[in-house]
Amino acid sequence: MISDRLHKTSFLLLIPLLLLAGCVSTHDRLLDMDTSQVQLRSIQSRAFDTTDKEKTMRAVIATLQDLGFMIDRADYTLGVVAASKARAEAMQMPGSLRITVTVRPRGEKQLLVRANAEYQRQPVTEPKPYQNFFNSLEKAMFLDAHQVD
Amino acid sequence: MNRILRRRIGSVLLAAVFLLSGCAAVTLEADLSLTPEMLQQRELQTRRFDTTDERRILKTCAALLQDTGFSIDESDAQLGLLTASKERDATDAAQWAVFIAGAFVGISIPPDKDQIMKALVTTRPLGSGGQQVSVRVTFERIVFDTEHRLKKIEALNEPQIYQSFFEKLSKALFLEAHDI
Repeated sequence: MISDRLHKTSFLLLIPLLLLAGCVSTHDRLLDMDTSQVQLRSIQSRAFDTTDKEKTMRAVIATLQDLGFMIDRADYTLGVVAASKARAEAMQMPGSLRITVTVRPRGEKQLLVRANAEYQRQPVTEPKPYQNFFNSLEKAMFLDAHQVD
Repeated sequence: MNRILRRRIGSVLLAAVFLLSGCAAVTLEADLSLTPEMLQQRELQTRRFDTTDERRILKTCAALLQDTGFSIDESDAQLGLLTASKERDATDAAQWAVFIAGAFVGISIPPDKDQIMKALVTTRPLGSGGQQVSVRVTFERIVFDTEHRLKKIEALNEPQIYQSFFEKLSKALFLEAHDI
């Protein structure tokens, strides 16, 4: 009898807790603005000495296709390319990688390429994967990628 | 003695767990840098055509994909891009045999049921004057079992698929396809 009541109260307590948890996480994740956004932006961006947006976007698409990604969306006007790569096999954990790349002018003589990657539904914040991506892109662009602050 | 042994077994188990978890099909370390295999794929999936008309190639690819049952999902002519997909049956007789045999001994291995096939076509003018256009197509498929669970996502790497695609494209364009 007592344990039954205890059960009920703990259940009732659980509901507002769950509701609260839901609020906090959605609010936090919608506009993630925590770990030094400036630093992350610099990890995710490179400048190229060209003003040819079409050529740059084509190089981005070619690089992603080389890396085995499927292109989900591309818009020249907005300068956006979104792509994903997923593989699943019977004995392996399925893996998925999503990337959004934007291309926009930086000053008069440069284009800024920014990549945002997501791995297993988590944002990628370490520099190495971005370095690898930009190394691959450099080869397709025949141009050096410059670090920006 | 016993404690050391236990600790050892524990660390071995832990290592196994780590290995397993590191065994994801796509990893951050491996999938954002170019490997020789990726460049080989590119060779397999790319042909050059002697034309300056990139748009015509893209249009013909769209028509060819439609002819083979694909629906166009996304396209951007300015960027030389086309993506398409189709849903098809993935039933495999051998898997059904295993499933039925398994059912007798109480093991359930749901067989493949449906698949989504995806295609990505990109075109690119080559050289300074753009006298040639290169075309690259990539196919992959996503397989679901009879319980509608995701079973497999894989790139289609059989050379015959690509050869046959480019043969058809070549015929439709009245142009010869060159290897890169």
